[in-house]
Amino acid sequence: MSDNLAKASRHVSFLRGRERWKSAEIAFWLTLVGVYFVFPSSLVFASQILITGLFALSLDMILGYAGIVTLGHAAFFGIGAYTAGLMAAHGWHDPFLGLLVAGVTAGIAGYLCSFLLSKGGDLTRLMITLGIGLLLYEVVNSATKYTGGVDGLQGVEIGKLFGVFGFDLYGKTAYIYVLIISFLLFVFTRSMMNSPYGLALRSIRENQTRALAIGIPISACLTNIYSIAAVIAGIAGALLTQTTQFVGIDVLSFQRSADLLLILIIGGTATMYGGFVGAVVFLLAQNWLSNLNPQYWQFFLGILLIVMTLYLRGGILGGFSRLVNLFRHWRNKEHS
Amino acid sequence: MHSFLGVLFDGLAYGALLFVISVGLSITLGLMGFNNLAHGVFAMAGGYLLVTLISKAGIGFLPALPIVFCVVALGSLVLERTLYRPLYKSTPLNQVLLSVGIIFVATAGVNYLWGPGQQPVVIPEWLSGQYAVLGLDLSRYRLFLMVIVAAITLALVFGLERTRFGAKIRASVDNQRTAESMGIRVDRVFQLTFALGSGLAGLGGALGVDVLGLDPNFAIKYLVYFLLVVVVGGPGSVFGTLLAALLLGVADIAGKYYVPQLGAFIIYAAMIILLLLFPHGLLGRRKSR
Amino acid sequence: MFRIGFVFVMLLCGILALSADQACAAGSTIKIGMIAEMTGSFSDFGFNIVNGAKAYMKEHGDTVAGKKIELIVKDVGGPSPEVAKRLAQELIVKDKVDFIAGFGFTPNALAVAPIITEAKMPTVIMNAATSIITTKSPYFVRVSMTLPQTTEPMAQWAHKNGYRKIYTLVADYGPGHDSEAAFKKAFTKLGGQVVGESRVPLKNPEFGPYVQRIKDSKPQAVFVFLPAGEMPVAFMKSYNERGLAKAGIKLLTTGDVMNDNVQDALGDHALGVISTHHYSVDHKSPENKAFLAAFAKIEPQRPNYMAVGGYDGMAAIYNVIKQLKGVIDGDKAMAAFKGMKLNSPRGPVLIDPATRDAIENIYVREVKKIGSHYYNVEFETFKAVKDPGK
Repeated sequence: MSDNLAKASRHVSFLRGRERWKSAEIAFWLTLVGVYFVFPSSLVFASQILITGLFALSLDMILGYAGIVTLGHAAFFGIGAYTAGLMAAHGWHDPFLGLLVAGVTAGIAGYLCSFLLSKGGDLTRLMITLGIGLLLYEVVNSATKYTGGVDGLQGVEIGKLFGVFGFDLYGKTAYIYVLIISFLLFVFTRSMMNSPYGLALRSIRENQTRALAIGIPISACLTNIYSIAAVIAGIAGALLTQTTQFVGIDVLSFQRSADLLLILIIGGTATMYGGFVGAVVFLLAQNWLSNLNPQYWQFFLGILLIVMTLYLRGGILGGFSRLVNLFRHWRNKEHS
Repeated sequence: MHSFLGVLFDGLAYGALLFVISVGLSITLGLMGFNNLAHGVFAMAGGYLLVTLISKAGIGFLPALPIVFCVVALGSLVLERTLYRPLYKSTPLNQVLLSVGIIFVATAGVNYLWGPGQQPVVIPEWLSGQYAVLGLDLSRYRLFLMVIVAAITLALVFGLERTRFGAKIRASVDNQRTAESMGIRVDRVFQLTFALGSGLAGLGGALGVDVLGLDPNFAIKYLVYFLLVVVVGGPGSVFGTLLAALLLGVADIAGKYYVPQLGAFIIYAAMIILLLLFPHGLLGRRKSR
Repeated sequence: MFRIGFVFVMLLCGILALSADQACAAGSTIKIGMIAEMTGSFSDFGFNIVNGAKAYMKEHGDTVAGKKIELIVKDVGGPSPEVAKRLAQELIVKDKVDFIAGFGFTPNALAVAPIITEAKMPTVIMNAATSIITTKSPYFVRVSMTLPQTTEPMAQWAHKNGYRKIYTLVADYGPGHDSEAAFKKAFTKLGGQVVGESRVPLKNPEFGPYVQRIKDSKPQAVFVFLPAGEMPVAFMKSYNERGLAKAGIKLLTTGDVMNDNVQDALGDHALGVISTHHYSVDHKSPENKAFLAAFAKIEPQRPNYMAVGGYDGMAAIYNVIKQLKGVIDGDKAMAAFKGMKLNSPRGPVLIDPATRDAIENIYVREVKKIGSHYYNVEFETFKAVKDPGK
């Protein structure tokens, strides 16, 4: 009996330990707060990076934690973006209501799509998600009357936050808004991934057969996580709509899904922060290189990616944690 | 009235085109298991090489084709040795990252060298226009493509199933260690297989430019089509790729002719349905990675 | 773990600092921020627009009214409104530009409307062709054209030359739908009949079935609008392969399809095609000769109408700077744009004071082979055409 109790408390303390906020994490979020004061003229860019990071986080949930490879994640981002845009264009100007409805709509879509992903290997899933994304793009494109098609949705008007803070040229309100929403969603995701449920997901990724053997309901888990990830992607899309005050069809494009995958791989999968770090590095590199040479900057970005795959496996965070481990190892040796 | 047969011919011809541009990927992705999204780069290289050979070197269309195949295959050996080989055993995600990097570099490079515009391709007189057969107008170039497709398919199937080298490839792919222990030089085999796949990609690109056009974004623009055909066919199966290409081609053309309102949706919808019915591809014999 | 956090902060600050405020004091320079599509599937757009603008600067020097002109080119990478908006915001807030210009695509232009209005930033549209753009902000001015502007004259010309039954084929997206509607409206008003309509998906390597449908319905002519790029090439191949010209079906298009810089890629396939547009490389005038010479100094490739958009946009901006004697103010600049006359390479252009859109000649052209190259040769002119879309 006491043996069982000891075991249980060990499990609890294991989970507790995972849940504790590390100082690096706190520093990360404090940095983001600091950006507001240090770079007041780059806030529009900063909020777009955060939105992309949030979007990448949602991809990480299904790719990094549940192991579903997808090239169609922009579908949910786009559903969220258009939902928020259409609401704002038809009289519902409140941003929070927009976020809520966009998240729910994207979540329902994600729930329905998840049933198409039960079969086949990685490539099959990849192509099915890709197909869904492309189909959706075509739907929005041909429904020009309602969506504006490739010209974009017009008449998006976003009301003031709490009726007080309007969205301005410098993007101050937008940045704080995006930062708070991202943080809340991150806290939610983090606690979910550190719960037994998150561990169950990981076990599915590692070995489906064994996961099934220890009693994890695989298909239910996958459906859940896919829907939740879709909700977050939808909210990210809605945030983009609201801060840009415009929706273009490119929110649904293949390019967006592909870039997102790159961002997550660069940052590192299954690390919680990989998406954010990847977004920061990728978008800043892109911005910096394209300012240096607007015409041929992709050449240098390509070189960067190639070098990264050859020398920095597991993304930036993966490579970083290996470095840290190496350092520790070396220091322990010194001490002993 | 355009008959059902006419639509069928057009569909098969389109399928032939899809097959030609994708079969190289079926080899690198399917047989070797490398997620080579940069397949289109080799196809694009083939296209630009063809254009340059014809316009600058004054070589004819037909003799240029084997040259394109060989040059692209040889060029790919360099890339294989320097970039691809270190990642054979890496995760699919890393392979994706590498190949996207290659696409970026190639796109910008081609843009720099040839400019962003469409490249002119002149095919010989005897290949343009149509034959009238039994009241049907059959495009000469399409017939030519179909002949090439038949030739490629036969050569590949014969080569993979009946020759010693084919047996080595299959052995290396199925079980690398055992193959090595039996004295097969697996890295050499992989190298040649990669060159074969890339050469075919180059050839496909060269044959495709007349219909698809050619600009620096070729590699990314048609990526979806390459993947679509190979995955639906079942990676690693030449016949599967052929079957998928023809099926998708006929479905797409028939759909566009009879229900043009749904033109954009048909090929994607067909893909999803086929994949739900055959999760491992039409003729996928191995588990996909 | 604190160490990691510290490195994080450093990394973030370091990288951000690279892209942070580089704005230096204005005064002796006038900055023009260009937002254009330099990479991606539509890099041809940015290539032409930016090099057109550079050609003007090369020809007329980079000093106006005692001020040095500085061009800041930003790549928006295709139709991506959020990037366009971000770039515009940075150009205004960080680079402190005096003008914004460029825009190949409509959504990119529409997305910047609220911020240029807030910042009172004169913004010159050099290509994006949807009618409504200039109504979205009083600080937009367009020196290029709108789609209905080039489509309507085609309908009129077709009717005048005895075509009564026409089939329309357009790319299935917003501008395509606009073009289809504009043509149908103008053509049926004159008493013509549209006997069939097709919309082709944007990602469509195979025109066979569409072209076959046209052939089967036996119209006198087919009107086509497709965005510049690979679609016209693919379409022309099918059109020729299936012998539509031989079957007596004339091809009428807007100038986007018979884009000057794909002419050589189309080759013999396009001979005899009739199109309407505001500019052809073959236009015979001293202004055009000067433009082509200036462009050739920058890039060997043949320019197209977008390059003229960039060139004329710069001309308009230079005029405004001269008129304001180098002191730029948003409202005064807009007043200067209104009613401005340009001696453009395409012919005379007037900026309509009411709509801030270009009033210009639309030419009817036919593709001919001159020497070893192919050109759109103008043979008829619709004088001073206004945008009928407003």
